Amino acid sequence: MTLAVAEAPAAAGRTGPPSDPMLPRPWRVCRSVRETDDTFTLELIPEPGQPVQPFAAGQFNMLYLPGIGEVPISISGDPTYPHTLVHTTRAVGAVTKKMAAIRRGDAIGVRGPFGTAWPVEDSEGNDVVFVAGGIGLAPLRPALIQVLSRRERYGRVVLLYGARTPDDILFRKQLREWRADFDLEIQVTVDRATHDWRGNVGVVTALISRVPFEPGHTVAMICGPEVMIRYTVMELERRGVTPDRAYVSLERNMKCAVGFCGHCQLGPLFICKDGPIFPYEKVAVLLSQREV
Amino acid sequence: METLEPLLAEHPFVRGMSPSQIETVAGCASNVRFQTGQYLFKDGEEANQFYIIRKGRIAIEAASPTHDPILIHTYGDGEILGWSWLVPPYRWRFSGKALELTRVLMIDGKCLRGKCEKDHDLGYELLKRFADILAGRLDSARLQLIDMYASASKGRRR
Repeated sequence: MTLAVAEAPAAAGRTGPPSDPMLPRPWRVCRSVRETDDTFTLELIPEPGQPVQPFAAGQFNMLYLPGIGEVPISISGDPTYPHTLVHTTRAVGAVTKKMAAIRRGDAIGVRGPFGTAWPVEDSEGNDVVFVAGGIGLAPLRPALIQVLSRRERYGRVVLLYGARTPDDILFRKQLREWRADFDLEIQVTVDRATHDWRGNVGVVTALISRVPFEPGHTVAMICGPEVMIRYTVMELERRGVTPDRAYVSLERNMKCAVGFCGHCQLGPLFICKDGPIFPYEKVAVLLSQREV
Repeated sequence: METLEPLLAEHPFVRGMSPSQIETVAGCASNVRFQTGQYLFKDGEEANQFYIIRKGRIAIEAASPTHDPILIHTYGDGEILGWSWLVPPYRWRFSGKALELTRVLMIDGKCLRGKCEKDHDLGYELLKRFADILAGRLDSARLQLIDMYASASKGRRR
């Protein structure tokens, strides 16, 4: 089975790419949320008169802080509401550390959306297993939102989420709400427990054997560290889900975001243009090679 | 008397085993319930059982004289727990504690070891299954060692 990976915004109807994909458009921060010790979410609204580009689950934007730099960040918000852009990322470098410090009302440049999308619509009629590791829950969130908004079109829907420690778990409130409000099986685990943690302990791949789904009619969407992706696909295979039913999100050092500069090249692929969402089979060999 | 054979036969662990082999394993099985906080086994004790978790959650802990026990892994519904019964000197390496009311099928490993000595086909079937479980546990332990969520950010400092 091979589903199409969407190449353009599908959720809100395509209006075409921005006239100049290299030109950041001005948006403004309407909310900044600290998710964990090093992870934050920015909610952005366009400056008056600025066009709003529809986006599809899995795509990313280039966010620009004048005088500091520009970074690619996946969109983590609702694709049916592109008037507010939501981005969740870790503060690990010069640009993202500055971004973590910006506040409501501050300006930020946005280029995008870019890249391919999760096969959300093509997965209708199937069970869907989302497997997220660490910050990888953020790029999967729009796909989950989209699936849950049309819940009756899917079979079993499962979210398996692994974090380093309980303090690193993202979107805690939303996980609780999803668990309460939707027919969604959620299993969360941590690699390292604290003494007050009452949940699962162990790597996220260990959860795969515990949840019910029909392997022959399951689509898996996976996002996290690449080593996690590889072992997740292996574990899914042990359960009978063939690798052609797995889709993954990859991350590299995207700079131009339109396939010109080559910074994000992985073998024959440009992650910014050919990805970030790939059918696993397309990248499987590349993920096990060093320094591709 | 009702046997545990039908219950055991439903579990993926015995899928592909012959009815007589399943009957033999079921002959060593008993239905057991553990209350929250109750230990199934403790580090250093004789390991003469393994468990098929029917419903509930078990934590594997490493004891430490100076700290609270270190929680290493949790296991849940449908999972197999315990392989020390297979390997001399047949002692538990860690402790197992019920995190909630947990129902298990407890298989008497000592009884099963004896039966495997007499029936090598049965022994081979069981070893194949435990090798698969151990390989999965080894993968998990290695991934935990990698600390992959921490290292994931090291290469991308933007």
